[in-house]
Amino acid sequence: MIKVENLSKSFGQKRAVDGISFEVAKGEVLGFLGPNGAGKSTTMRMITGFIPASAGSVSVCGLDVLEHPIEVKRRIGYLPEAAPSYTDMSVLSFLKFAAGMRGLRGEGRRNAIRRVVELCHLENVLGQTIDTLSKGFRHRTCLAQALVHDPEVLILDEPTDGLDPNQKHEVRTLIRRMGESKAIIFSTHILEEVEEACTRAIIIDRGRIVANGTPQELKARAPSGKLDDFFRSITRSDVVEKAA
Amino acid sequence: MSHWAAISTIAKRELSAYFESPVAYVFLVIFLLLAGFFTFTFGGFFERGEASLAALFNWLPWLFLFLVPAVGMRLWSEERRLGTIELLLTMPVSAWQAILGKFLASWAFLIIALALTFPIIITVNWLGDPDNGVIASGYIGAALLAGAYLAISSMTSALTRNQVIAFILAVVLCLLLILVGFSPVTDLLSRWASPWLVEAVTRFSVLTHYDGFQKGVLDSRGVLYFLSVIAFTLFATGVVIRNHRA
Repeated sequence: MIKVENLSKSFGQKRAVDGISFEVAKGEVLGFLGPNGAGKSTTMRMITGFIPASAGSVSVCGLDVLEHPIEVKRRIGYLPEAAPSYTDMSVLSFLKFAAGMRGLRGEGRRNAIRRVVELCHLENVLGQTIDTLSKGFRHRTCLAQALVHDPEVLILDEPTDGLDPNQKHEVRTLIRRMGESKAIIFSTHILEEVEEACTRAIIIDRGRIVANGTPQELKARAPSGKLDDFFRSITRSDVVEKAA
Repeated sequence: MSHWAAISTIAKRELSAYFESPVAYVFLVIFLLLAGFFTFTFGGFFERGEASLAALFNWLPWLFLFLVPAVGMRLWSEERRLGTIELLLTMPVSAWQAILGKFLASWAFLIIALALTFPIIITVNWLGDPDNGVIASGYIGAALLAGAYLAISSMTSALTRNQVIAFILAVVLCLLLILVGFSPVTDLLSRWASPWLVEAVTRFSVLTHYDGFQKGVLDSRGVLYFLSVIAFTLFATGVVIRNHRA
């Protein structure tokens, strides 16, 4: 469903993403791991068509992102990093707007909103201004926006960031369940999440893929059998780099 | 989804965003207070001894100079500050639909503000016998002027996530478009520049074209001028947004 080939992105002299290739099939949940600044968000932004690639190509459901941007965007649900939303709006009007932008009207829109409100547990805050919500609710409001049109492909940039442990668990369960019928990419810093929710994981470091496999395979590559240790052994901390 | 459905969904959200926050009401009250104040004091509404809205329309280019950028400054800088630009542009719409939708909503808001000056029309019609055709063309000119200022504000707003910078840049650009046709400036210019140059420069001014409408002349060149300023600056907005993402 998602096919990324030799994707690269440069910002001036800096090469943020350097020739990465991978595929995600329907029914797969791909965990995207890497230190801060490794190029995770940049890659996701290129897949969603928010920023153009410097080189390489992305296709979603067989459609090239640059050639058919609107068709591709129709098929993707996207949760950007830090879960932005129009903070002056109420949760309900924000979701109505998102559904409207996805071409949903009337009964179809009402049903779609009811479905995501239930899925993301937003029943009690529907009339509230997003500004007044806690971080967890804001996050779930933005997640609901990404799910409202029941997309075939989900791109979630740190979907559990800022949630409490219960909410984290719930979002992971949701991702795993939705992954059965969709193609999902999500990025995270939390390694246990990968074991809990992903069918496969990619670790990227400084714009390159340094590991690609099932969580079990990756764990097996560390002598201790821990994903943490494997992660640390193949990625470099920017703190260490500066010291050296 | 058709082009128009996407544009109108964006426009509706933008317009309701004005009215869901205090921005709209603060703006409307201040605009109407100032418009009334200028019309009846500096404008010399009663002293003119004529039944017209000239007292209002003469001041509008200066009043709009500050108030329109205040409406337009948040158009894109707010999207960038909140990060919602990433949501908006990953929904199935093209950038030009988003630019147009947001612009049309704010323009509609400004036209609502203009329409709320109707008590002055009633007043002149009650006190005298004005030429309502001239008044109508005056309003069309005012709406086009507001649109041009707004499109300029849209462009400066796309340049920065800081609304204050967007506001100041827009005011400076709009002021420039006033001054090149403002008689104290053109008089100064005509002392050393050849008449054709002065003439050419004043053609670029919003005042030159705006004044035509106030005389009751619905000049197609005037309409074309304002629409080209709008089209050009909205196009520039698109270029800025695209470059920012690349």
